[in-house]
Amino acid sequence: MSKTVDWSALRKDFPILDQKVHGKPLVYFDNAATSQKPRAVIDALVHYYERDNANVHRGIHELSNRATNHFEAARTRAAKFINAKSADEIIFTRGTTEGINLVAATWGAKNLKAGDVILLTELEHHSNLVPWQMLAQKTGAKISYIPVTGDEGVLDLSKLDSLLTSQVKLLSMVHISNSMGTVNPVEEICARAKKLGITTLVDGAQSAGHLPVDVQAIGCDFFAFSGHKICGPTGIGVLWGRQEILDAMPPYQGGGEMILTVGYDKTEFKAAPHRFEAGTPDISGPIGLHAAMDYLDAIGRENIWKHDQELANYAYEKLAALKNIRLFGPKQNRAGLVSFLLKDVHAHDVVTLADQAGVALRGGHHCTQPLMHKLGVESTARASFYFYNTKAEVDVFVDVVKEIQKFFGG
Amino acid sequence: MFDDINDLYQQVILDHCKKPRNFHEMPAATCSAQGHNPLCGDNLKLFLTLDGDVIKDASFVGSGCCISKASASLLTDNIKGKTKAEAEKTFEQVRDMITTGVVNGDVGKLAVFAGVHKYPARVKCAILSWHALIGALKGEAKPVSTENEQT
Repeated sequence: MSKTVDWSALRKDFPILDQKVHGKPLVYFDNAATSQKPRAVIDALVHYYERDNANVHRGIHELSNRATNHFEAARTRAAKFINAKSADEIIFTRGTTEGINLVAATWGAKNLKAGDVILLTELEHHSNLVPWQMLAQKTGAKISYIPVTGDEGVLDLSKLDSLLTSQVKLLSMVHISNSMGTVNPVEEICARAKKLGITTLVDGAQSAGHLPVDVQAIGCDFFAFSGHKICGPTGIGVLWGRQEILDAMPPYQGGGEMILTVGYDKTEFKAAPHRFEAGTPDISGPIGLHAAMDYLDAIGRENIWKHDQELANYAYEKLAALKNIRLFGPKQNRAGLVSFLLKDVHAHDVVTLADQAGVALRGGHHCTQPLMHKLGVESTARASFYFYNTKAEVDVFVDVVKEIQKFFGG
Repeated sequence: MFDDINDLYQQVILDHCKKPRNFHEMPAATCSAQGHNPLCGDNLKLFLTLDGDVIKDASFVGSGCCISKASASLLTDNIKGKTKAEAEKTFEQVRDMITTGVVNGDVGKLAVFAGVHKYPARVKCAILSWHALIGALKGEAKPVSTENEQT
């Protein structure tokens, strides 16, 4: 573990971790679904509602000024978090899913037509599949997929050249796979797509809070992530887009906040990002997210990434030493999670038993049904880590897995 | 380590999940129905041979978690020889028991599922084969699902 960070002290920042579940100390290994919240984030939310709560942008009174300042400061902070050129490139959304849907509904509806191709990967979460399928139905565009190689869940880039045809208008891909733990080479893929004039979107739901993200270095045109997976509140997310692309996009939803002037027959819209934020927004969300981004960067995302990977490698090696287990995901450069199946034991039975031992896992298809079908499984069990998790917790988890095997006579 | 979980994974359930009874296709079945919970991956097909109103034989095939497999296995044992009306009554008893924990009347070995109600996420597993049974008796063509089952 990194010598520069006192990980056990950080753990004390998370009130929720200090509890027993079914009489056993909680081991929270469902971080890919949602992360826990540090005291600093909880306090920021409480402070906002106790001292500063008002509607934003229109008020002239003191509280409204404060709320507006905090809300817009969060936008500036989010821009810095991913190295956007300007806060005007930051659109607040409900989460990654809404960010992708926003691009599909606005950029997609304007720029895609019958015969065009949307290129995705076989690793995608439903949130980066279904919006494009809906758009393809509307526009007549087609969808192709960069294939994965099998249980390792790595993209087969030898197929990329033949897939990057002149019909491809958009390439949308996940940065880190939530079900496999694969880290995709997004910089390389975006560079190859960019040469052909293809617009690119990166789904950063699993990456933004786990490793340093620089959208200029990645070279994508859109990047979406969720607050709740990076120690922030649920219901808030960020969509980043390049200024010139956002400026050319039609509005998303209509209403207050997104207009300059409204007449009975005609409306003038604001510029980005406000054009894409109709109605009173989630105000506490960005304020909580701001505290979360400060918290993570005080630790250093390069340190968090190192810690994530150490835990994942440690867990992978210990599980690989067991009999009658099938492990998924890459052997090299694995993100902080391990997906597995025990022979003759359904993932839901694994999760129910682990829960009895205080270990919170996820079992199911992880919103990647097509990938599961391709691998010939219905579901997997998944342990996903964050910086507040420890090797001692991994030891508890692996012991529990062994006990589950015994329980089912494996 | 798992002392408290025996009310869910009772010995009878573990036995039926490891060695499911009547676990085969039935080419001569008079009716059948598919039960599928796509979110968790439970997928089974139930076969019945009816002689008039009486269920002469029952079997199933498929894959799923321990609870859903054991439930289907015990179901097929339980309903053989019952009339349609008797099987429907048993369905109602089992449904009430699985969702509330209260056992009304004699349900025999099926009483091992009374503990499932304490595990809301698993109710849909235990009840899937029973909905497939009703689907088969009604001649439902579409697969039944219990993923929206209220607990």
